[in-house]
Amino acid sequence: MLSYPEPGPLTLNVNGDMLSLTPRPADTLLYSLRQELGLTGAKPGCENGDCGACTVMVDGLPIKSCLMLTAEAEGREIRTVEGLNNTVLQDAFMDAWAFQCGYCTSGFLMTAHALMEREPEADEATIVEWLRSNLCRCTGYEEIVQAVKAALEQTQRS
Amino acid sequence: MSTVGESVRRKEAPNKVTGRAKYNMDMQSPGTLFAELVTSPHAHARIRKIDTQNASKMGGVKAILTGDDVAFLCGEVLEDRPPLAKGKVRYFGEPVAMVVATSEADAILASLAIEVDYEMLGVVNSPLGGLEKNAPLVHERAGDYVKAKPPVSPESGTNIADLAKIRKGDMAQGWKSASVTVEARFSLPPIDHAAMETRSAKVEILHDGRVLVQSTTQAPFEVQKLLSKYFGIKQGKVVVETPLVGGAFGGKATVQLEVLAYLASKAVDGRLVQLVNSREQDLATSPVGTGLQALIKLGADEKGRLSAAELTFWMDAGAYTDSSPRMARAIAAECTGPYRVDNVSCDTYCVYTNHTYATAYRGFAHMPMTFCIERAMDKLAKQLHMDPLQIRQLNAIQPGDTTPTQVTLNLSRLGDLRACIERMETLLGWEPGKAPTHISGDLVRAIGVSCFWKTSSSPQNAISGAIITFNQEGSMNLATGAVEFGAGTKTTSAQILAERMDMSIDDVYIHSHVSTKVDPEHWKTVASLSTFMVGRAVLDAADDAIRQLKTLAAVILRCSPKDLAVSQGRVYIKDDPTMNVAFKDIVHGYQYPEGNSIGGQIMGRGTYIVRHLSPLNPEDGEGRPGPSWTVGCQAVEVELNQRDWTYRILRAATVIDAGRVINPKGARGMVMGGMCQGLGYASREAVRHDAEGHLLTNQLRTYKLMRVGEQPKYLVDFVETAQIDAPYGARAVGEHGVLGIPSALANALSAAAGIEIDQLPATPEMLWTLKTGGIL
Repeated sequence: MLSYPEPGPLTLNVNGDMLSLTPRPADTLLYSLRQELGLTGAKPGCENGDCGACTVMVDGLPIKSCLMLTAEAEGREIRTVEGLNNTVLQDAFMDAWAFQCGYCTSGFLMTAHALMEREPEADEATIVEWLRSNLCRCTGYEEIVQAVKAALEQTQRS
Repeated sequence: MSTVGESVRRKEAPNKVTGRAKYNMDMQSPGTLFAELVTSPHAHARIRKIDTQNASKMGGVKAILTGDDVAFLCGEVLEDRPPLAKGKVRYFGEPVAMVVATSEADAILASLAIEVDYEMLGVVNSPLGGLEKNAPLVHERAGDYVKAKPPVSPESGTNIADLAKIRKGDMAQGWKSASVTVEARFSLPPIDHAAMETRSAKVEILHDGRVLVQSTTQAPFEVQKLLSKYFGIKQGKVVVETPLVGGAFGGKATVQLEVLAYLASKAVDGRLVQLVNSREQDLATSPVGTGLQALIKLGADEKGRLSAAELTFWMDAGAYTDSSPRMARAIAAECTGPYRVDNVSCDTYCVYTNHTYATAYRGFAHMPMTFCIERAMDKLAKQLHMDPLQIRQLNAIQPGDTTPTQVTLNLSRLGDLRACIERMETLLGWEPGKAPTHISGDLVRAIGVSCFWKTSSSPQNAISGAIITFNQEGSMNLATGAVEFGAGTKTTSAQILAERMDMSIDDVYIHSHVSTKVDPEHWKTVASLSTFMVGRAVLDAADDAIRQLKTLAAVILRCSPKDLAVSQGRVYIKDDPTMNVAFKDIVHGYQYPEGNSIGGQIMGRGTYIVRHLSPLNPEDGEGRPGPSWTVGCQAVEVELNQRDWTYRILRAATVIDAGRVINPKGARGMVMGGMCQGLGYASREAVRHDAEGHLLTNQLRTYKLMRVGEQPKYLVDFVETAQIDAPYGARAVGEHGVLGIPSALANALSAAAGIEIDQLPATPEMLWTLKTGGIL
């Protein structure tokens, strides 16, 4: 079992950048991303794994960064919303009005981005299954599902 | 060029899809101290002793505060709430003590080391429970509290915090005309706002006396006023800033954490302190939406025309009043639902309970109120063998009718409910009188309908403002005091300005945050009033700017200002547009070819104050509660499995008289989101307590929200009956999607299951219990 009894420096691979930091053993990945690395796109919503606002990609899979210790993330490929730029998905979210307050959006984007990478042919049932990990309190969800569908369709076409 | 009526993207959209939109806790300052609350594990208990000795010796601890350190009471209407509990605790989650420390971890560890010795007291666990003989008293001397903003009438020696009354017409006559009556009781739990961003506040007190506050508030100007009042600081010294807010739904209009964060900062020589709710605290400690119990009696003649309504509502105010007295008057003002009833008697009680205190929740208590009325309307229709939409169409309130508070309505003020109902029939493919349909096996489908109305029930002197400054290139900066929490108020104001100036929306720049220091006051970003009030102020400011532009251009173009018009960033002569001058050449003054300059920076200023509102008379409720109404019709279709009582929500529909839709995708999104919240409340959400008043739902895995895939197919349509005094005719639509949905769902399920669903949430277990008596 991994053991980190004392704080020590480690390096995280975030959006392709190798970043050094010295977390406390109890620091979550969410905490380190936001407080140490200034990547505040991932949001705390419940810090209990219920809402998904903190979702980032770790080795290609959506992970709730409030449930992963920073120490566990070393040596893995971390991607946050700050690493998404001008993607079809982001455009689709804007077009479909798939957010209102925007607080849950980073998490939805990272879940959906992972889905698009792993399940490029996803049907609606698969989309729904993936997106159920995230909560939104503003929209009616239809907009978010539509955005993800539109992004998948556009990627399939090109 | 037309911008109003176009689905222009939200101004802040690109930042929201890149993680670059900044919310309150996304901005950190080095050296910030951390405050952590110790909250009550009991619903009602006397505080015997608070031992802070061990905690105060712990590493990093800078200060510890308890109720003994705070000498005043808070309350928007009635000052009944100590910021930190004093003497006793009145709800699970109530703040009892606060630690300030150098790190979050130190603050949390120290908070766990504070020992509080409690002596249990009996609890009030429901409004009606609070009115029982020998019920424990939540407040012993409520009548002695200071009334900050009357009317409010607490009764010492009872749990009654307030009573709002409506007396209209002649009840004896009303009942005499009635050939059919219904009487029903309803019981609805409190709801949590569950905004994805929890509430937080940061406060720093500078040595020049200024107090810098940054919080998640919907009401920065109210925070400014209340801090000024509670702590005796001049308003000008209190600067409140609100960045983008991650959802609010009324729950962030109340002032709570800001007061605590101020106390925390004061205890550490004014250093910057942050206080952030965990999700558990956000659910337990900060206020919720009101629960409601009701006894509804309606009378109608043989044709189904309503003749009498006798209504009693008991609001679950929780431990403190906050905005409950204002909500009681809001319920009273619209207590009949959007129907003409000439004889009305309504009593709305605010009852203290040992629950988390209630504040505004999307619709200002209209959602639970509407539930009671719309369920009763379905019961009446059933007795009369009438179609549910037909009875609503027959009774729909019309121009010329009067409201329960005796306001005479006209088309501009009211809108057109009958048109909404007609449109709904088309939208649904409504077949009048159609019984629930058996699909196959145990599956039954049914549609439930409801109608709603709502006005703002806002203060009689609420103000709003707008300031336009020009950049030299001719583009505009628009400053308003409305908070952006998702409703799109900033984008809507920019659209209104672009439309009036006949310019591209891309030439209007907004800032997403609000600062009391530089932005003109907008009363509060609540009550769906922002488009109306801010919009009016923006139009006023635009007209002011246009006047200045024309005055200066008239000199240059050697004509009367009356000959001029503005369009596309130019001031031109109406009958010869080739003679014109560009904004860029005049908005920072005009320079003649030889060098002399005239004019200066063009700045448009606009204000708005609501007009003609009056407080409700305490005896009969007469008065004018808001500038206009929004009416609408909603429906929900369910497919119920009669074997296990699970159900799917197939369709949810709303037709709303929006006056004029400023941004179609935005408006549709607001309405769909409202429907989704309403379906969540009706089907699963409930703030639940055990018999001792402990909160059982303090996480998002016990307080359950709708998830992707559970949403129905949404049908949304708009009727557009202009509100003449509103910007481009636009009515309030922000809250309304939620209002009639719980009742429509309960009406659908009642029909499908053949039972009367008069409580929520309508879980399969509840349906089974109602159907079978809970016997297997």
